[in-house]
Amino acid sequence: MLSRVANCLFWMSRYIERSENIARIVDVNLQLLLDFRDLDEHRLSEHWLPIVQATGDEEAFFKVHGKATGHTVTEFLVFQPDNPNSIVSSISDARENARMVRDQITSEFWEELNRLYLFVRSRQARDLWNSSPFDFFQEIKATSLRLQGMADATLMRNEGWLFMQLGKYIERADKTSRILDVRYQTLPERGLPKSISQEEVLEWSAILNSCSAWDAYKSIHGAEVHPKLVAEFLLLSEDFPRSFEVCIAQFNHSLRKISGVPEGRFSNEAERLTGRLLAEVQFCTIDEVFERGLHQYLDDLQLKLNAIGAAIFTAYFFQSIKTMDEEIFVQQEEQQQQKRFAPMTKPEGQNPKSTKAVGPHFPFGIRP
Amino acid sequence: MTTEQTNKPNNLLEGYVPDNFFDEMVSGTGEVRPHYKRFQELFAGMTLKEFTQRCQSVDLAFLRQGVTFNVYGDSQGTEKIFPFDLMPRIIPASEWAMLERGLVQRITALNLFLHDIYHEQKIVMDGVIPASYILSGKHFRREFTNFQVPKDIYIHVCGTDLIRGGKGEWMVLEDNGRCPSGVSYVLENRRALKRSFPGMFEHIGIRPVEQYAEELLKSLQYIAPAGVADPTIVLLTPGAYNSAYFEHTYLARQMGIEIVEGRDLVVRDTRVFMRTTKGLQPVHVIYRRIDDDFLDPTVFRRDSMLGVPGLIRAYRAGNVSLANSVGTGIADDKVMYYFVPRMIKYYLDQDPIIPNVPTYLASEEADKKYMLEHLPELVVKAANESGGYGMLMGPKASKEEIEKFRVAIEADPRNYVGQPMISLSRHPTHVDNGFEGRHIDLRPYIVYGEKISIVPGGLTRVALRKGSLVVNSSQGGGSKDTWVLYGDE
Repeated sequence: MLSRVANCLFWMSRYIERSENIARIVDVNLQLLLDFRDLDEHRLSEHWLPIVQATGDEEAFFKVHGKATGHTVTEFLVFQPDNPNSIVSSISDARENARMVRDQITSEFWEELNRLYLFVRSRQARDLWNSSPFDFFQEIKATSLRLQGMADATLMRNEGWLFMQLGKYIERADKTSRILDVRYQTLPERGLPKSISQEEVLEWSAILNSCSAWDAYKSIHGAEVHPKLVAEFLLLSEDFPRSFEVCIAQFNHSLRKISGVPEGRFSNEAERLTGRLLAEVQFCTIDEVFERGLHQYLDDLQLKLNAIGAAIFTAYFFQSIKTMDEEIFVQQEEQQQQKRFAPMTKPEGQNPKSTKAVGPHFPFGIRP
Repeated sequence: MTTEQTNKPNNLLEGYVPDNFFDEMVSGTGEVRPHYKRFQELFAGMTLKEFTQRCQSVDLAFLRQGVTFNVYGDSQGTEKIFPFDLMPRIIPASEWAMLERGLVQRITALNLFLHDIYHEQKIVMDGVIPASYILSGKHFRREFTNFQVPKDIYIHVCGTDLIRGGKGEWMVLEDNGRCPSGVSYVLENRRALKRSFPGMFEHIGIRPVEQYAEELLKSLQYIAPAGVADPTIVLLTPGAYNSAYFEHTYLARQMGIEIVEGRDLVVRDTRVFMRTTKGLQPVHVIYRRIDDDFLDPTVFRRDSMLGVPGLIRAYRAGNVSLANSVGTGIADDKVMYYFVPRMIKYYLDQDPIIPNVPTYLASEEADKKYMLEHLPELVVKAANESGGYGMLMGPKASKEEIEKFRVAIEADPRNYVGQPMISLSRHPTHVDNGFEGRHIDLRPYIVYGEKISIVPGGLTRVALRKGSLVVNSSQGGGSKDTWVLYGDE
């Protein structure tokens, strides 16, 4: 598979996952606010700013907006074209990548993604957003899930598919860790909080909801919502498909299918780092996590993911692409060598018989 | 109301007048021509509302599928759908057989001509075409004289534009022997029509077009370098921002080959490779949709970022084949067009089956004099422009435009040709409130491999603006599905 194509599939899939995650975060937090009373400006900012931080764009945000209010944050995360990670930007980028690899994906998949793109850029999207944000987010989330289902049901399980899996799982792992980090300011630096207020219960429930984890969590822990249980579930669960550990295990699996290198060994830096990260979360307990401090731990995980992303790029997409000038130089060099070391070969493509018929400087014999 | 409408055979075309033009469907006396009769019977069962609804659903489907082209100079990068008129254009079997013979004759002659001018140049020495015209051709690649192209084929894919004049007589308007585009619309239009009128295809008997991709693939395999049993074929595109990008991905997908950009390819030791996740892999045939100028920055335009450094050396070493070959642009030169009937006579000793439009060469004194005296009646074209650019439509032009061309012709006569204004044939076309006649042309696609094959029909382009004669998509043109019948009725 062409490196450029693999790269496009990786990012297409990653951007689709990103748009869905952002849709869920914003949606859940908008709904959460309905449960709170007496919200002043400060409280609102306290609520919304961590969400901007979770998506990793604090700097970009303050370039465009003065303060974090429900309106500015949602605008920034949903529509803002200057925010490369807004829902609209993510969908546009996913679609742009898909457009470059139309021959690799099925028409059903492309049409659905293109439909979503046309929708988020249309007037109707704004109208729906204004009248019913819930339905707006529903549309984004449902389309993302539909796309995943279509990919699952229609795409060949070839290398392209594996690169799509890589994009999806690295993004999902990253977003799960960031969502889990949203309320770190209410936690002590190390260890567990002494008591949990009613409001905090709602906030941690929102975290579960943002990861579509509410029902799954409830089936294990009932209605008890505690930061320790939530963090354990979202980080270390072996069964919940959005938990950090499951994402890394899936990522590792696809990575190894690409190269064919078995578990326990590695053939490139991406495999080495992924294997190590997987072992780390597999053999870690939640008490250890809180001893080090949840925020610190999550920060670490995100840095490791970044390093894995960079290693994937070097291993599969980059491949010593030279600049155009360097490449031209290589060609000229080759040509020189040929002239110097192989003077006996006749000029390429010249048929000696007919060269005689016409002079080299004036190719035509007679002017009529 | 509905019953009354269905009983009237002509209801949808009520009040339709062919005016003084040759109309493809309706004769001068108002009769529906025989090869449109069966279509008309089925079509009459529909109301205008139904027809309009189907048009809208096709437009929407095209937008969703991304059957679009990019508009140059539009900063928003907007993609537009190529406007599609649901009413098909129909060609009877016997007429198509004639066109097919004419097109085969023409591409055969053009190919012999290209081989000749890049080798012996007999046609020049025998005084049929003046050497100066070839030497001054913008797209004549003298670096490629005596270069042996695989299987002696220069133009692998040709899009020849055909028009019909006031009496319905067919003429060749121009040849496109470089990278003609539009064939994906032929295939997509057909799909759209099949979805919209499934019943018609059963009843009328229409020749299929779907085999195009297969024919193209076969012709590309045919030119693979000697000794390569299972050649790797790729389509080289300028990238996602090219106006025909949709077509590139479409064809690559249909043929099951990789679509590559220049940066995906690399040349080492005069061999072409593509960069893959598993390292470099060899490439043997390139269906390139990039013009000569941009293919290789070490040979042609130094500033091209689309090309592949070293590609031409690999090509000259015979390690990779290109379709179309380098240097075919000279055959697209509108001055060479003038000589095509003579080429047919010279190489094949035949008379052209489809004639040219009468043409004046500004570089010939007598012709130039005539052109300058009759500018308001003539169509003047720049010799090496396409897409409807660099053109003067005398009868519709303002005084200033005419004067501008007068100056340009005097300054560079080699670069201009003149033709009488042809009142292109018209076809009933769906407009806001019913059907009106609009001017059309036809671009069949000829694939030259082991044999020459032409997909029945081709792309019918239609000038959607009332009275307009310009059918190019960049200038308000649309397209129609083209039906070639198995019979004559």
